[in-house]
Amino acid sequence: MEILKNDPGGKVFLLGNEAVVRGLIEAGVGFVATYPGTPSSEVGGTLEKVAKKAGIHFEYAPNEKVAMEEAAASSASGVRSFTAMKHVGLNVASDAFMTVGYTGVRTGMVVMTADDPSCHSSQNEQDNRYYARLAGVPMLEPATPQEGKEMIKYAFDLSEKTGAMVLFRTTTRMNHVRGVITLGDIPEKRKTKGHFEKEPSKFVTIPSNARREHPEMLKRLEKAREIAEESPLNYTIKGDGRVGIITSGVAYNYVMEMRSVLGIKPDVLKLGLTYPLPERMLSDFIKSHDTIMVAEELEPILEKEVKALAKDANPSAKIVGKLGGDLPLTYEYDPEVVGSVMARLYDVAVPYETEELKEIELPVRPPTLCPGCPHRATYHALGKAMKVLKIKPEDVVFSSDIGCYTLGIQEPFEMADFLLCMGSSVGAAGGFAESSDQIPISFIGDSTFFHSGIPGLVNNLYNKHRFIYVIMDNRITAMTGHQPNPGTGITGMHEVGQRIDIESVVKGLGVEFVKTVDPYDIQATMKLFKEALQYDGPAVIIARHPCALLEYREKKKKGPVPVYTVNDNCTNCHICVETFACPAFVALPNAMSIDPAVCLGCGSCVPVCPFNAFEVLKEGDQ
Amino acid sequence: MKGSMSIEMVGVGGQGILLASRILGRAAMNRGINVIMSEVHGMAQRGGVVVTSVRLGDAYSPLISDGSADILFGFEPIETYRGIRRLKKGGTVIMNLDPLVPIYVSLGRQKYPSIDEMVAEIKAHFPETKTLRATELAEKAGAAITANVVMIGALSAVDGLPFTKEEMLEAVRQSVPPKVLDVNTRAFELGYSAMREQ
Repeated sequence: MEILKNDPGGKVFLLGNEAVVRGLIEAGVGFVATYPGTPSSEVGGTLEKVAKKAGIHFEYAPNEKVAMEEAAASSASGVRSFTAMKHVGLNVASDAFMTVGYTGVRTGMVVMTADDPSCHSSQNEQDNRYYARLAGVPMLEPATPQEGKEMIKYAFDLSEKTGAMVLFRTTTRMNHVRGVITLGDIPEKRKTKGHFEKEPSKFVTIPSNARREHPEMLKRLEKAREIAEESPLNYTIKGDGRVGIITSGVAYNYVMEMRSVLGIKPDVLKLGLTYPLPERMLSDFIKSHDTIMVAEELEPILEKEVKALAKDANPSAKIVGKLGGDLPLTYEYDPEVVGSVMARLYDVAVPYETEELKEIELPVRPPTLCPGCPHRATYHALGKAMKVLKIKPEDVVFSSDIGCYTLGIQEPFEMADFLLCMGSSVGAAGGFAESSDQIPISFIGDSTFFHSGIPGLVNNLYNKHRFIYVIMDNRITAMTGHQPNPGTGITGMHEVGQRIDIESVVKGLGVEFVKTVDPYDIQATMKLFKEALQYDGPAVIIARHPCALLEYREKKKKGPVPVYTVNDNCTNCHICVETFACPAFVALPNAMSIDPAVCLGCGSCVPVCPFNAFEVLKEGDQ
Repeated sequence: MKGSMSIEMVGVGGQGILLASRILGRAAMNRGINVIMSEVHGMAQRGGVVVTSVRLGDAYSPLISDGSADILFGFEPIETYRGIRRLKKGGTVIMNLDPLVPIYVSLGRQKYPSIDEMVAEIKAHFPETKTLRATELAEKAGAAITANVVMIGALSAVDGLPFTKEEMLEAVRQSVPPKVLDVNTRAFELGYSAMREQ
């Protein structure tokens, strides 16, 4: 593995998240726990493969809050600790995060948040720079994978110098950007075992202690502010001085790109340690420029601070950013968004020009459930059961959750009506059971069940809510790239841990209707759904079949996998496309067909056809 | 190399665009050329639209704005047409003509537009447009899954790239498992020849 090379000065081609992992290796980190979530997932995905060799202890936690608590305890025991999560994961972990802000840390502790401007894979584009302010902890913002690696090391030093946990704020265009990384030294020794020296006045946050901790937190921030004034992460790139640009994170890349493309030379103040802000440095920069542009994605956080400082430093300075409407408050930036404002300030034009082609109506291509996906069979069977019982979609509420199965929102299933966040399928079901006249049907994956699907179930049992809880157990955390979870029983170190049995958990809580089915057996699944729809009480159905992609990979290792085809029985009735819609189906004018390049040979479509038109393609048929 | 070069890759999740972009990145790195690229991970990978931007040389931005790509590298006809706004005037198009039918077309809700019409329109605006049947060529090479390497072979035939065909092939060798090297080498050569014949 290139990422483990002990070759200081050597160059490797790494994804931003891989560069972060290399930073952890170089920083002598001993403990990492995470829950996967795009765009942070490759941190765990990479550590899974290299942690053992690197001598780091790595865990998948069932959710971000547990990961955060583990990291806090590890740091309190004297081990450098790290946790990574997507931006909304920090909401889950925020209870612990806020309090670590108060207690501070003894040994370096760094928390990575991976924000997702433009919601590429997320339910919102919240700006987690607010969290540094909320918890009172210092924050770093890398712009590139190389900075990602370097700043990890800096973050641990900063954490230990100030005694504060550090928030490492990244965005999709750092996490998922690949670049050439220059390797640094790997420490010979790595501390993975310490001793927790008890200090209840610091670590037990009863009110009397918490009251004392708050001013301590402010002192740590003051210390960090002084460091920020002198930090090599905050620096100015000198230009002609006509315009000054203040920027942080990936917005810096667009500023520099357009500085070069437009052939202009504004001064650029590049901030890497962005909370607390170096106020003296900023004030000096503001003083020496009459026109200042602030380039930051999402919220106008820097801009507001710059405006506040300008009141004293240079009240007549013109500040160009989001608040005056020059730059957008939503979505990620790109070179043109930033460059068009820069061009205006220099009275030049952006040289990009598009050709206008005639409009041709292009079909949309939304992400879809993969060929062979067991979730498709589950949705299909439920649709059939409802049809048989004459239950209309309006009679139920499909309360969805976060994972591949969210794609059930699309035609022909349209089985997602409500979704807030991880675990909301089951929490919301309680509200629908009580306040609507419909039957709530919750869909949740195995990993999401362990993440936050249990408290909602406890609630619905305790408060006597009737609902159907469909646990779609594909034996892996699929959407984020196939990470193991408590249900697979394999740990982040690729060791065998205790497998947590979903049936036992559900039964242990006292659910009486708990039934498991293989969704590829469509008849049995449909029967079970019929039973559940007629059952007057909470019903749990565990639809268990491995993720089709993984199953296919395993089958292929053993030998050739069959491909399915359509025989002469096909009447072109389109029941298969209208109720199942596998991406391998191709509608030809007179009959259906199966694209052999897309078909995974799972055979789950076979019972869907009332005329038995799907069959295995025999050797030589092609 | 002097200056920078922007290559926008467009296609569908599952077509191996990530691997293709990594091969390209490796070829650049082997040559000592700076390279940055943005990838798509997560939900969009599930049969959705995939866009990967590759920047070579003096580049800061991992993203490519509309009207600024030097090459549009299209793995699928409608995605190529959708991505055409990225291309600068006079830019180069390399386009796979083998379609992947979107789900709503299979469902009969939408129509797959005429590929000939799209190609003609693209050619009318971008004379530097080259087309190939990458999926068909990949099958000829021995595995449909190597269509991405056919495409990389085609790209290596474009004038003005800062590395040679041999260097690109070397990057392919470094990026695919040894046991499938032969089929990938054949795929690469077929893609290369398809371009040279135009």
